Amino acid sequence: MSVPKVGNLPSSKLDAELTPLLTVSGVSKAFGGLQALSDISLQVNSGEIFGLIGPNGAGKTTLFNALTGLYSIDRGEVRLGSTRLDGRKPHQVLQAGLARTFQNIRLFAEMTALENVLVGRHARTASGVVGAVLRLPATRREEADSRERAHALLRRMGLAQHANRLAKNLPYGDQRRLEIARALASEPTLLALDEPAAGMNPAERAALRELLLQLQADGLTLLLIEHDVKLVMGLCTRLAVLDYGVKIAEGTPDTVSRDPKVIAAYLGDEAL
Amino acid sequence: MSSVPKLNKPQPRWLVFGLLALGLALLPFLVDAGLGRSWVRLLDLALLYVMLALGLNIVVGYAGLLDLGYVAFYALGAYVYAWLASPHFGLHLPFWAILPLGAALAGLFGVLLGTPTLRLRGDYLAIVTLGFGEIIRIFMNNLNAPVNLTNGPQGINLIDPVRLGEFSLSQPHALFGYTFTGVHLTYYLFLLLVLAVIFISMRLEDSRIGRAWVAIREDEIAAAATGINTRNLKLLAFAMGATFGGLAGGLFASFQGFISPESFNLMESIMILCMIVLGGMGHIPGVIFGAVVLTLLPEALRYTGDWQRTLFGQIYIDPADLRMLLFGVALVAVMLYRPAGMIPSARRRQEFADAKG
Repeated sequence: MSVPKVGNLPSSKLDAELTPLLTVSGVSKAFGGLQALSDISLQVNSGEIFGLIGPNGAGKTTLFNALTGLYSIDRGEVRLGSTRLDGRKPHQVLQAGLARTFQNIRLFAEMTALENVLVGRHARTASGVVGAVLRLPATRREEADSRERAHALLRRMGLAQHANRLAKNLPYGDQRRLEIARALASEPTLLALDEPAAGMNPAERAALRELLLQLQADGLTLLLIEHDVKLVMGLCTRLAVLDYGVKIAEGTPDTVSRDPKVIAAYLGDEAL
Repeated sequence: MSSVPKLNKPQPRWLVFGLLALGLALLPFLVDAGLGRSWVRLLDLALLYVMLALGLNIVVGYAGLLDLGYVAFYALGAYVYAWLASPHFGLHLPFWAILPLGAALAGLFGVLLGTPTLRLRGDYLAIVTLGFGEIIRIFMNNLNAPVNLTNGPQGINLIDPVRLGEFSLSQPHALFGYTFTGVHLTYYLFLLLVLAVIFISMRLEDSRIGRAWVAIREDEIAAAATGINTRNLKLLAFAMGATFGGLAGGLFASFQGFISPESFNLMESIMILCMIVLGGMGHIPGVIFGAVVLTLLPEALRYTGDWQRTLFGQIYIDPADLRMLLFGVALVAVMLYRPAGMIPSARRRQEFADAKG
């Protein structure tokens, strides 16, 4: 069977680069006295791989959590296309088309790989209790379709042979890929990955890089937090750099890597 | 691909089902002949507990919400039945109207009691639900004034048995040349309803809803980020569990003919929870096994008094004490040697069903 395409956007990069998909304007978030995010604005265009980098504690994951509804934001606005995301619950954000993975893998440990991906279908399916108990035709169709898509995603991620193993028993790299498969099952337009290469060996990193480029070619837009500078520089079309909750730079990898503020943030002021 | 090849041959499966059905149908007669009428009654009770345990299993086993006040829904179902089918208010509605009503009302209360606990997890949830369970019991205990709703600690008596026209489950009936007593007929009614509850549980477990519950149990934040409306699904779990509890409560009231707040204390909630934990949380056969064993075991241990008399000529330890002691030892042993329960879920069985997909 042919591999299903992920994402609903045209894969043509030419017109995609001009269309803003995710618009973050003036987002601020404080925890008590700590200003975790101050007035963050950025724009991710449709079809690009956008990198979010910064030293530890810069607020990258906080921004992710704020975008995906896990944290409420104090000020600002988040839009996906024309849909407001701020103030929405996490499941509504996913419904709107923004799926994510977690820095510390959060799979459903006691469920099989297949079931994990099937849970990812939840937002795109609708059967309720009555349908489930009576196995109505519509429910059966939906279930068969979900399983087919889930198996296809597992194959694509190279996890087909693990379909019925418990998620907790998978090797580390496979767990990372399974989390991506689960996120893709919800047919997102924007996929947000929180340090997907963390803990991977060079071979796994190379495979991940290939995978992300493939997803981009399929028309998916990616937002990526990553520590591995080499991976980020080679992969991302544009980058934003956070430091102490403030965006200090944004642009192509080339411009960003030469930005004195970025160098200072990473290496300390003495480096200048 | 959607048509997964069936690996297990159908014939042996039907044979197993047939034998199981025959065994279940003959069970009350075998028990009656072997152990006596009182054990058939216990069998009926065991079926009620299977129903309760399966209901709580949805809340605790699937959705992972530790509910220590489950008996409140059992009580609600029982009181609804008692109010509408006893001389207490002079109402005598038919059982087929009251049972669904009691179950539905319990389900509604499941949502009402579930709503304020949505933000709570683990031990905090346990404590709040425990409080709810006690509140309902204390209400039932005190609602005899100013308006006598529950008759207080004296309870409600002379509750109608299940009756269809002139056919009442409280009297013996001659059918097909055999005499069926009330407890026998009750057994078949309960068995039928238990089978329905098992069927619903199984279908739910293997569905979008069941998977969402398990996902919430495994990681609530990840579940929310994966598109699950955790609020609605947790409420649904509470409601489904409470509905089964309410159904069991109505049956209990009709079966006993008498209910009082005594029957719905915290110990009862804990026993039902023990059935799930001992049998195997989240696994239907395990839960059924746990419910049957924990209903019958304490009764079987009553015989220890007779054994002591025949062995030593006198009773050294009161059977009631020994019973609880052995019961406690059994619980600790299971927790030590089979922490996942007596019959833990064998998820691997699914490996073969989906491996070809």
